[in-house]
Amino acid sequence: MATEVVGVSVPRASGSHNARAVKVVLHREMLRFVNDRTRMVSMLIQPILWLFVMGTGLGSLVRGSIPGIDYRTFMYPGMISMTVIMTAMFSAGSIVWDREFGFLREMLVAPVSRGAIVIGKCLGGATVATAQGIIILALAGLVGVPYSPSLIVTLLAEMFLAAFTITAFGVLLAARMKNMQSFFGVMQMAIMPMMFLSGAMFPLANLPSWLHVLTTINPLTYAVDPMRRAVFGHLDVPAQVDAVLNPGISWFGHRLAVGVELGLVAAIGAVLLSIAIAQFRRTE
Amino acid sequence: MNAAVAVRGLKKTYGKVEAVKGVDFEVSPGEVFGFLGPNGAGKTTTISMLCTLINPTGGSAMVAGHDVVTERDQVRQNIGLVFQDPTLDGYLTAEQNLRFHAELYGVPKDVLGDRMRQVLEMVALWDRKDSKVMTFSGGMKRRLEIARGLLHSPRVLFLDEPTVGLDPQTRSAIWGYINKLRHMEDITIFMTTHYMEEAEFCDRIAIIDHGRIVVIDSPEALKASVGKDRVQIQTGDDESAIALLKEQFGLDAAVRDGQVTFAVASGEEFVPRLFADLGLPIRSVSVSRPSLDDVFMSYTGSTIRDAESGPGNEWMRAMARGR
Repeated sequence: MATEVVGVSVPRASGSHNARAVKVVLHREMLRFVNDRTRMVSMLIQPILWLFVMGTGLGSLVRGSIPGIDYRTFMYPGMISMTVIMTAMFSAGSIVWDREFGFLREMLVAPVSRGAIVIGKCLGGATVATAQGIIILALAGLVGVPYSPSLIVTLLAEMFLAAFTITAFGVLLAARMKNMQSFFGVMQMAIMPMMFLSGAMFPLANLPSWLHVLTTINPLTYAVDPMRRAVFGHLDVPAQVDAVLNPGISWFGHRLAVGVELGLVAAIGAVLLSIAIAQFRRTE
Repeated sequence: MNAAVAVRGLKKTYGKVEAVKGVDFEVSPGEVFGFLGPNGAGKTTTISMLCTLINPTGGSAMVAGHDVVTERDQVRQNIGLVFQDPTLDGYLTAEQNLRFHAELYGVPKDVLGDRMRQVLEMVALWDRKDSKVMTFSGGMKRRLEIARGLLHSPRVLFLDEPTVGLDPQTRSAIWGYINKLRHMEDITIFMTTHYMEEAEFCDRIAIIDHGRIVVIDSPEALKASVGKDRVQIQTGDDESAIALLKEQFGLDAAVRDGQVTFAVASGEEFVPRLFADLGLPIRSVSVSRPSLDDVFMSYTGSTIRDAESGPGNEWMRAMARGR
């Protein structure tokens, strides 16, 4: 037997060390995603059902009032965000899974900052969700949305930002959860109303005022609207139809610029992320 | 040389329950040090404090020269951990699990490949490195965790009940790896166990009961402190043998399990004299040492099994692990 004694080399913890930690947590998220085909497929079923079944059904009902555009084209950006949101939430939920199966411990006892692990997780969720969204992007032609490079790049960036914020929200939810069932329960409770009130499924113009207030305070609205504006910017739609389907978000009568909406999403994401990090710093 | 682990008056209380009531000990570099005690005695709580997983209520502990409270990251960098419960990602391969660990611990990239091969070969899992961990048996998972705990070349390896829940064959295999490890690596091993036979592998043992260290010494010294070896002989005429033992050596013997049985201070040295001077043909002889069971019994007044079924222990254990 070899009796050569291996010397001890202890690397210094540093900024680049934390960057490696962020990268490896992100890398693991991607490995898990690529290995899990079932999840990839199941995450697609819901938006595709909405888009092609509900969209076609509702579309035949409202065809007369929106001349020149397919209702499914209207729903398309909403379904991109729905896919991204569901996938991102799932990624965040895997923290609960990791806790149940012990792997979270392996991460939490490592000599790296908790922030690096949470940031890695959020970037991982955002990357995976964006990848999933690409599949919906590929369907653009089926609902009459052009494959314009500038549109694709804009949508990808907006998807990534939305997904990052949602993952941060999910990680925050998951910080204290002990089992998957309660996480999914809470997730359904939080996500369903946010989806319904975001403008992903129906236009936000001409709503009764109580509903209008709810949609305006719903953070998801600010993630969905930029995607819709990007898509509509690449369509040729009559002005009065555009006003109905793509009204944007107005504060006190002023329509918000896309940059402001995206800025809001980013700011919410940053706040959620820092609360999530604080939560994980406290848990032992 | 500085101690690998130095503990002074370390305490942990949960509400009114004192899980660890102020323990003191030192572990030297290169030593295999065992914490022996029944479940709920405070073993896991102590190891968790040393690994910076929970903060002590009082006292201090230095691991690899760093304080467990004020220099947490340095301690973590210098220790390897193998928990009672598995902490592997079953959906990743063995190699992917190790790579994940290497990145978190900042193992230099240029040494990682060799190091990974070295630790995987040590636990005989190199040929399974590309298999998903969920296809592994319990023993293989534990071996992989030991390999992972070693990957970043820690100075101190903490093993919390490394063989609990494994079948006897796998347990002895794991011990084989741990023994090999001490020859191959410049490492201190701190482990907890409640198996008496496993404590024998340690250089020194601390017996812990009800949150206190009862005694610390080498297994041999502990057994010697309990007293004498047990000698059993088979003869043609047991009654004369008993009479002769009394007459020649002043020993009180009795027939136990069909053999003439008596106790002497060092049995192996006594056997030659026995053959020379007894004056009676002896058909067979056996010498047995006192076991650690006897040691535990003599220091705590109960067997380890009885201690585990005592009231309140379930709850203490739940407190110690429920983090």
